[in-house]
Amino acid sequence: MSGGMAAPAPSPWQDALHVAALFARDPHGLGGVVLRALPGPVRDRWLAALRAALPVAMTLRRVPLNVADDRLLGGLDLAATLQAGRPVLQVGLLSEADGGVVLLAMAEQRAPGEVARLAAVLDSGVVALQRDGLERTLPARIGVVALDEGMAEEERTAPALADRLAFLVDLTAIGLREAADGPQATGLAVPVASVRAAEAVLEGLSAAALALGVFSLRAPLLALRAARAAAALAGRREVSTEDAALAARLVLAPRATRLPQEAPPPEAEAPPPEMESGPDGADRGDAPAELPTPEEPASETPGLEDIVLAAAQAAIPAGLLAELRLADGMRARARLAGAALRPRAALRGRPAGVRRGAWRAGARLHLVETLRAAAPWQTIRRPTIGQGAASDARIAVRPEDFRLRRFTRRARTTTIFVVDASGSAALHRLGEAKGAVELLLAQCYVRRDRVALIAFRGRTASLLLPPTASLLRARRSLAGLAGGGGTPLAAGIDAAVALADNVARAGDTPLVVLLTDGQANIAADGTPGRPAARLEAEAAARRARIAGVRVLLIDTAPKPQPLARSLATLLAAQYLPLPQADASQLSRAIAGASARRVA
Amino acid sequence: MAAPSPSVSPAPAAAPFPFAAIVGQEEMKLALLIAAVDPAVGGVFIYGDRGTGKSTAVRALAALLPGMRAIVGCRYNCDPAGRRGCDESCTVGAVVKSHLVPVPVVDLPLGATEDRVVGALDLEAALTRGVKAFEPGLLARANRGFLYIDEVNLLEDHLVDLLLDVAASGENVVEREGLSLRHPARFVLVGSGNPEEGELRPQLLDRFGLSVEVKTPQDLPTRIEVVRRRDAFEREPESFAAHWEKAGARLRRQIVAARARLPLTLVPDAALERAALLCMALGTDGLRGELTLVRAARALASLDGAESVGDAQLRRVAAAALRHRLRRNPLDEAGSTARVARAVDALFGA
Repeated sequence: MSGGMAAPAPSPWQDALHVAALFARDPHGLGGVVLRALPGPVRDRWLAALRAALPVAMTLRRVPLNVADDRLLGGLDLAATLQAGRPVLQVGLLSEADGGVVLLAMAEQRAPGEVARLAAVLDSGVVALQRDGLERTLPARIGVVALDEGMAEEERTAPALADRLAFLVDLTAIGLREAADGPQATGLAVPVASVRAAEAVLEGLSAAALALGVFSLRAPLLALRAARAAAALAGRREVSTEDAALAARLVLAPRATRLPQEAPPPEAEAPPPEMESGPDGADRGDAPAELPTPEEPASETPGLEDIVLAAAQAAIPAGLLAELRLADGMRARARLAGAALRPRAALRGRPAGVRRGAWRAGARLHLVETLRAAAPWQTIRRPTIGQGAASDARIAVRPEDFRLRRFTRRARTTTIFVVDASGSAALHRLGEAKGAVELLLAQCYVRRDRVALIAFRGRTASLLLPPTASLLRARRSLAGLAGGGGTPLAAGIDAAVALADNVARAGDTPLVVLLTDGQANIAADGTPGRPAARLEAEAAARRARIAGVRVLLIDTAPKPQPLARSLATLLAAQYLPLPQADASQLSRAIAGASARRVA
Repeated sequence: MAAPSPSVSPAPAAAPFPFAAIVGQEEMKLALLIAAVDPAVGGVFIYGDRGTGKSTAVRALAALLPGMRAIVGCRYNCDPAGRRGCDESCTVGAVVKSHLVPVPVVDLPLGATEDRVVGALDLEAALTRGVKAFEPGLLARANRGFLYIDEVNLLEDHLVDLLLDVAASGENVVEREGLSLRHPARFVLVGSGNPEEGELRPQLLDRFGLSVEVKTPQDLPTRIEVVRRRDAFEREPESFAAHWEKAGARLRRQIVAARARLPLTLVPDAALERAALLCMALGTDGLRGELTLVRAARALASLDGAESVGDAQLRRVAAAALRHRLRRNPLDEAGSTARVARAVDALFGA
């Protein structure tokens, strides 16, 4: 079978069954499967197929959401320890599942820390346990089925995990009728370890990965293992062209970020080129030069590389690339969000485990955990308490036993007003902005949010009000805000992004409210000139979007301008023309924008 | 060189991927070698794309490093030649036996509890015999070696604070369960992470002497070579390791020679001035950047076999020593490397 003349393209369901069969041959080597599907009969059928394909003795363990470290990795079995009078290890889920497969429920909801623990276990095949006075290295050669129940585009299995799992199976579009029984295993299978792969297979898969814009080096390696598993399944000792093509289709195609031979993406409706400067996009522009050119194999039979590539390409669903660009943008956003998720030492919010620590004022003691921590030490503490007093029934708790509740706090919102105080923005606009800031501040007392104010006029932008919840301070600095002069819009945006970044680092969620008419006329270096200033403002807007800052742009021009609207597009900002805005209208709009963020 | 037996940590499931077999990523490898030659450089932070062999390189370092002499029976691997050891087995002035041990490269896994990091009462001894004995933690084991934290940006805050404190003082102070002791904990902190998973706190970032950025290689021949070697390693780890043994031994000799040469390597005033000018041009905060730059350049010079530090060495380590100390420009992450390069070109001539 060569390239194009494959029989009717296999249906997604058949592909999904293929994945189950391949994964079952080598669960640990292939890492696993991201199974994107809502719970339901189709997913159940796939899981049943997987169970049928796995050896009978192999365990399928389910890892619940928010599993604590002592269950995931292992720890001290307190009851058994006290009974036995010596430390007894409680093995965690991951090492219990050694040699088998774990089902990761709600994989898209997993916290980064949990994902990183799993990733370390997948990489090393062992659980390195350093907990509760115990030190063990426990084997955990597992495969993972990540049950991804995300519905929205940005709800996805964490990339750190998905990168380590060979397959991505999307069952969301498969109906129950299509999900009929698939082909049964032939029984000819040979051990995966005995399968050889020619150098050409390795090179072909590597080239195909690059051509599809799959940059992680784990992908071609996983594809190679998948090809071996495919050969093993068919009873071959040598990877054939079909095996390689199948591996490319199942492993590489779902990871594709571009079509082969695609010049830098067409810019018709696509986002501007700055999107390309993502973490791995730097060289995307010139990479296609190295791709296999289509006219090359005119005389020869198509090379393995082309067959592999064609197979992968055929499996890329339409619209995937648009999705990926969207995901790129989400990733930039996630960075700030990630920082915002780690507020310091919160005393309220969602419980997030316990930690050891001094019991200071305000900290909340976790009584059960504290007693657990004290329990093993009772034998050696007993002689020191009481000295013969009737204290035998008491438990000796020492300060070092104290376990405190940890909480994750709802991140506060810090609204950063960036006000165009130039001559072109009519002076009364400034008054409205001042009014809106004051109104918002009044609400802050209720919501415990903060505001900051940056004004740009003349040649520079200046921070008039650092993030604060103090009404008095805000009023004072607002009173001193004068208008007039040029419009250094780029400087204003840059200052806002820098402040937003600081705010996010402090654990808050920034929201930038930009009040401008979009008429920049001062460049960043302070020199006047409309065209240069405009270009710089646009560049600043793109940087802001890359930084993932959420922006609400309020057009303050008397007649809404295309200038401000295009700026809003560049910023990926919500656009709001407010020709007759008054302060209360303005503050309602802002409250709406921050509420939308939370929703 | 006697082959060090991996007795320091429980033997991992398989031999690590050989350091010499890592394709490309020259800056990362160089930074690790520099830290191996002169631990005073102060740690390495490796950040960048997934699947680029960050943890592979650090774990490979253990097998590469030449052994070190340590006092027999000392749980902190104290140096027989050191001025002072820990306060238990190795008292100053006593005649002690020493033996050759591998340099510890200790993994601090996510999910480790504080008692295992700092050390605590030995639970077994307490339960079975009712004895208070100190069970050293990972910090003790890492003394005179390397402490590696993968995904360091995800480490719990209270552990980070603790590590910062110990790394700064070189000493671990334990006060718990009526135990009160201190022991040396001088180690090279090596962290790796992916900036997409959350950023590092600036205090921790500043604690690393060098920071290197790893990127996925984009050219096909390199990528094929990476996949080929990794695949060969996974299929036949022993013969793969044997194949690279010679290259590894060469690197090891290079480290040994560089360590011996390090005290003799001169740092001319001109080089000091260059380093100062570079830091001024970049506006780095504090003196730490300058100091690290000079130290790293000196370690590199001794690796190169050069007699004194010259522009060539400063140029090569400038980015690693300074990029994480620039006044933060949140607008472009890649920009800090470019800014250092620009300043270097301006100062040394392109």
